[in-house]
Parts: sequence; structure tokens; C-alpha cells
Amino acid sequence: MELSRLPGFLLRRGIKAAVVILAIVVCNFLLIHAAPGDPASVIAGQSGAADERFLAQLREQFGLDKPFHVQLWIYLKGVLTLDLGFSHRQQQPVWTLISDRLPATLLLTGAAFAFAVTAGVTLGTLAARRVGRWADSVITVIALTFYATPIFWVGLMLVLFFSVWLEWLPSFGMATVGVELSGLAAVLDVGKHLILPAATLGLFYLAVYARLTRATMLEVADQDFVKTARAKGVPEGQVVRRHVLRNALLPVITFAGIQAGQLIGGSILVETVFAWPGIGRLAFDALLARDYAVLLGVFFCTSVMVVLFNLLTDLLYAVVDPRVEVEG
Amino acid sequence: MTLSRRGLLAAASAPVLMSVQDALAQGVAPRRGGTLQMMLTPEPPVLQIGVNQQGPTLVAAPKMFQGLLTFSPTLEPQPLLAKSWTISPDGKEYVFSLQEGVKWHDGQPFTADDVVFSITKFHMELAPRARAIFQLIETCEARDPLTVRIVLKQPFQPFLLMFDATAAAMVPKHLFDGRDYRTAPAVQRPVGTGPFRFVEWQRGNFIRLDRNEEYWKPGQPYLDSIIYRIIPDSQSRRLALESGQVLLSQTNDIEPFDIPALRQRQNLEVHTAGWEYFSPLSWIELNHRVKPLDDARVRRAMSMAIDRNFIVNRLWFGVGKPATNPVASTTRFHDPAARLPAFNVAEANRILDQAGYPRNAQGVRFTLKHMALPYGEIWTRLSEYLRQAMRNIGIAFEMESTDAGSWARRVGNWEYETTINFVYQFGDPTLGVERTYVSTNIQRVTFTNTGGYANPQVDALFLRARTSAAAAERQAAFSEVQKLLIEEVPQIWLMELSFPTIHDRRVRNVITTGLGVHKSFDDVFIAG
Repeated sequence: MELSRLPGFLLRRGIKAAVVILAIVVCNFLLIHAAPGDPASVIAGQSGAADERFLAQLREQFGLDKPFHVQLWIYLKGVLTLDLGFSHRQQQPVWTLISDRLPATLLLTGAAFAFAVTAGVTLGTLAARRVGRWADSVITVIALTFYATPIFWVGLMLVLFFSVWLEWLPSFGMATVGVELSGLAAVLDVGKHLILPAATLGLFYLAVYARLTRATMLEVADQDFVKTARAKGVPEGQVVRRHVLRNALLPVITFAGIQAGQLIGGSILVETVFAWPGIGRLAFDALLARDYAVLLGVFFCTSVMVVLFNLLTDLLYAVVDPRVEVEG
Repeated sequence: MTLSRRGLLAAASAPVLMSVQDALAQGVAPRRGGTLQMMLTPEPPVLQIGVNQQGPTLVAAPKMFQGLLTFSPTLEPQPLLAKSWTISPDGKEYVFSLQEGVKWHDGQPFTADDVVFSITKFHMELAPRARAIFQLIETCEARDPLTVRIVLKQPFQPFLLMFDATAAAMVPKHLFDGRDYRTAPAVQRPVGTGPFRFVEWQRGNFIRLDRNEEYWKPGQPYLDSIIYRIIPDSQSRRLALESGQVLLSQTNDIEPFDIPALRQRQNLEVHTAGWEYFSPLSWIELNHRVKPLDDARVRRAMSMAIDRNFIVNRLWFGVGKPATNPVASTTRFHDPAARLPAFNVAEANRILDQAGYPRNAQGVRFTLKHMALPYGEIWTRLSEYLRQAMRNIGIAFEMESTDAGSWARRVGNWEYETTINFVYQFGDPTLGVERTYVSTNIQRVTFTNTGGYANPQVDALFLRARTSAAAAERQAAFSEVQKLLIEEVPQIWLMELSFPTIHDRRVRNVITTGLGVHKSFDDVFIAG
């Protein structure tokens, strides 16, 4: 990659990204307001008693009494100044709500991601090297099973096995509540809570990486440069690492780039089953409560992440494979 | 378990209620200390009662905020922040004497000024239910720092029922007066007089309340702290309870179909009492603007086609009772003589035949849309049963599914044909039953008379019961209106709902009042 071309590339991509994100924000705003019901009617429905004045007070407080285009304009102005607005339902700034939940989600999805990539690529490589033999069959069956099983069911089964039956791991939450822990004890405590949700979420992606790695490695292994390497007497381990795996990694990186972009969205299902206090559930609850500002805020953050990781993936291609050049 | 003779006597005289004295009699002295981990479902948006009146808030907030009174399982008023009260013979003047030595969590004294502020300003501004009743107040004044005098414009017999914490909690004037009540800083860090004070709330995770060391009842509360865990999935909640990670479940934490399994567990107790004050009643909500639902014969036939015992025993696994009329049997002025006609499919078919709704070639008389209540799996199952029951009398239910936001909007806007609804009765038909049937309350708002039923006779009877000061006269009016309503069946009542409270056997004194888990928990303890 020629470094001199990088600033221009980043500038062009930055402008494109800004336009895309703005369009996403407007689309989200329109879509959310098209859903039937508004926060005021939800609160009235959940309060067991209401009158006209109550609804009018809430709508005025939430700014829903203003004309639609004014609401959109107010929101856009906010986003342009990086102000994601205020959740009147929860009486908190949206950014506070999101940033409180962000670390939990990043920890969960980051752990699941790392686990899925390392274990997936390793298993895929193993399967490709022993193609057609029993190890390959076992790995393929396991991968297919986790790929095809609903994620919440895997979660519940893991809980039944490890929490209820063996009583090794806690079944929900992110940390032990009501006990003061510090230092290493606190880290270990979170770690114990992390294992089951991260494994549940990771197992699905692990399957994807394993299958992808296996397929592309088999494809690459047949190519002439691999035969040449073998013919000139390169040891088998080195052939696999330097020649096959490295070339087989490109599709894996593509997929990892897409998945990394989705990390912030977390997994609503896993967060729900394990009562993990992350962003996915924040968004889901906000949707049910028609908490527009929070939902838009989460959408905004996720779209920024997706755009960012796409950019990173493009740059990473050029690093891994010198034949690829960056182009706006 | 060995019982002393006194314990046996106490248990025999009050089988449902186990008070502190009973616990002592059984040799279980209240033990100080311990953390009670519970669940709260769904997570409330804010905990300041008044600003928010949703179910979970009504459960958690009374640990921090208290009312002047609370109520026994038979709905007799019990002293709380008011240690005594008098009512004038004409039923218009109420004088409350307040407890001495009560302090807010920030150390300020609780006085009659706070009471006047809470009633005449805070709840009048915020809470629709309180507003509807407190507008009957002519004067509300602090006679001295420990005495409040309220004069009503007209006698209103159910007035005292409005003084439980869930209806009108006392809030600190010094933190709210002159501010926007919804945005005041105290909304985020609630300050009350209750046995527990707010410590921490990690959203999506837990809410922590700790013992109020300055609590006005000597020696109480017994618990060091209360922690509400937020667990969104019902199966995870069940596991948390089974594995002892939480010690208590309440309201709709546990799905009814999980209850039989939990009843089998040695370490858990299942209670269904403690809903007498709210007495939720469920029904098929009919929109009378949709033909032929305006025909009383059709509504009667639909009601007869439903096997309410099946609903209670097979869907709710015995938690709750079949509805017999529009007033729940635990609400005052329920008339046991007014009973809906029994389950009888043949008779229901005969009524529809005679009323001129013949079956077509497919055996269908007419089709109605039916919107299931989006509050969990159990309500979907109920609607599936009802579709089956209606098919037996030639009525086809076309199912529609919604989420909570759409449901509330559509019911509020009268954009439905049939749905399921349930409503709290608040102890007295004037407070919680009247609103669904009187024509003066037909509004485009949920939990009003959204069905659009109008009958001048019903209006007149509810009005007579509302304005009369004499219990006997009210009973006469309510009995008559119950008889009239079971003839007309404006809504098809299904069940007197109850919600299970399931807890570890070591947790004591959980259900002692008509408010169940909505009480302050100052006398709850965990036995060693």
C-alpha cells in the first residue's frame, strides 16, 4: 500500500460515511415514528389509569405535540452536534444510558468474537488437514449443530448443565450483586459470569469461522504454488501456516469485519437469556416502550460502528494481501 | 416443624395471615440482617412513585415511600404514617394524626405540610387516579405539624382507600415544591420515609435499597438490604428462583405454567393471597360499536360458551378464581347472589339461533377480530382457548398480534373488535369498576369505558353508590347494578386474577396485608 494515497482515501471515505450515516438517521427516524403507538400511550397503558390530561401532559413533555418536521429537525440538529437527546421516559440523557451499557456489551461480544475467531480458525484448519477422516467429520458435525441450533436454546441448555446440574457457574447477571469484591476477586467474578453468555454467542460464530476456514483452505491447498512449495521440500507445517492459511484468511477477514461491525448491537437474545445488562436489551426495551430517543441513539452508534469497521477491514486487506490496493 | 399450642391457635384463627406475633409464637424470632434478593419485571423507567405508576414501580417504591394508611386482607384501614384518624358523622371531614419522629431519608422531619403538598399538589398534578378523587377535596390543611384536616365537597365513602402508598405516597415537599415534579433531581434519587433508602440502580442489572437506620418503627426493618435483579427472560427467572440465586418472585415474574413444578420444590412456598386491594379482574373486552357486539343476546351467548374453570385450572394452574360478576369477590360490595349463567354450549347456540344469526355452510355465524394481550405467553394461550370456545358456537375469531405500544394505542383509539383486558379494582367498585361501564367515562384513553357501553340505568346506579355516604345504601345500589350487568354482559368477565408470590421458606412475613408484596417490607426477615 502506498502511504501517500492514504489521506485522500480516508477523506473520500469519511465524506461518504457521513452521508450514509445521515441518511440512516433520517430513515430510522421516519421508520420509528411510523410504528403504531407512542411513548405516552405506552405509559398510559402500563399505568392502569389515565385521562386525557395525563396523555396531553406526557406528549408535551416528550415534545410529541410539535409538528413532525420540527421534531425531525430538532433531532438532526442534535445529532450534528453529537447530542443524542434525552430520554423523557427514563429522565436520563441518551448518551448516559448508552455509555452505561456499552462496556457490558463490548466485553460480552468482544470475548465471544475472540473465542469464535481463534477456536473457529483452529478447528477449520484441523478439519482441512484431516479432510475426510474422523476428526474432520466430528468438527463438521459440531459446527453444523451449533450453526443450526437456535441460540437461546443453546444458552438455556448450557445454563441447565453448568448452573443447575453442576452448579459451577452463575446462570444470569454480570457480577455478584450485594457483595463487595475488589481487584482480582472482582475480575474473576465477572469472568465466571462471562463464560456462559460468551460461549453461547461465540459457538454460533465459531461454526461459521470453522466452516469458512475449512472450505477456503481446501480450495487453496489444490493450487499450484502449494504444490510447488511441497515439491521443493518445505515441511508440511510450514506449508499450512505460510502458504495455505495465510491465503485462506481473506474471506475470514471479510466475515470478521462484518461481524465486528455488529458487535455493538450485541445479541439481544443472549443478553435476554443471561440478563446481561448490555445495549441490545436497552434497544429492545426502548422499542417496546417507544422510547424514540434511546432507540435512535442506539441505531446511530451501531451504524457508526458498522461504517468504521468496514473502513478498517478495507485497510486490513491491503496489509494482509499486498495485491489489494486502497481505493476510494 | 413443631408448633406450640399458641402457634396452633394463631394458625387456626388466621390461616392466611402470618403476623410477626405468629412467627414469634412459633419460636421464630425476627432475625436482623441479611440481603433479600428479588426480581422486578419489567424494569421500571423511574422509581419516583407518582411520576410513574406502572406495576413494577408500585412494587418497589413502597419500600422507600409510605402512605398515611395501608389495608388488611379484608380491606380494613391500618395505621402507617397516620397513627389515627377520625371521620365526621356526615362523612365529609377527615382528620389524620401523624406519627411522631418520622424523618425523610435526607434527615428533614416529615410534617403535615408534606402531607398537604403530596395530596393537593404532587398527586393532583401527576396521577390521573388520584386526580379523579382528590378533586372532591374542598380544603386540605395542616392544623399543626402533626395533624391534617381534609374537608370534602360531598361525602365519598371509599376516600380512605386512596391513602395507601400505591395510591398516594407521601413525598417530600422540600425537594419538589416549586420545581417541575417530573424532572426534579429527587426523581433520580428517591427520598421517602420508608424502611429502605435508595442506594444504587444499574440499569438493566439491579436496584439496591439499604436499611434506613433512622426508620421510625423501633427495631425495624430487619433486612440489611433489598436487591431487585432485572432478569428479562421468564425461564431464566424460574432458574434463578429454583437455584436460590434469588429468594422471592412476585407479580408476573413466573409464568403460570411453571407454577406446578415450583410447588413441588421443598425449599419454596407458593402464595396467591395479597391481591385483595387491587383485585385485578380480566375480561374479553368488546367494542360495542362493532356489530353484532351491541346485541346483549350475542354477548350472553359468548359468555356461556366459555369454561372459566378450564381457564383457571388448565391455563393458570389454580392461581386465581373464575369471575362470577363485574365486581371481584375480594372487592367491597361484591354480591355473591349475582352470578353469571353457567357454562352451557348448547344453550349458547340456542340463543344465537333464536337471535337470528344462522350458521353458513362452513358452520360460521360471523367473524370477529381478536387481539391477544401482548403481556406474555399466558395471554396468547388464553386467546387460543377462547378462539376454540367461540368456534363451538359458530363464531370465528381472527387473531391479531401486537406489541404493548400498539395494543394501548389501538384500545385507546377504539380500533379493535375484541381483545383481552384486565383492570385493578382498588377495593371499591366506585374506584375501580364504575369506570368501565358508565357512559360519562367513554373516552379515547385506555382503561376508560373504551367499549362504549351506555345504559342510563347503570349510570344512575353507579352515581347513587358514588354519592351516598351510607354503606347500606351503596350496597343496595351495587347489588342492583351487578344484577343488571350480568344480564347485559357489557364485557365478558373471565377471571379474578391473582399473581403468585413464591419465596424461599426462610423468608418470613411476606404476605401480611391486602397489598401483598406492595407493602413496605419493614417486618420481613430471613430466618437463620
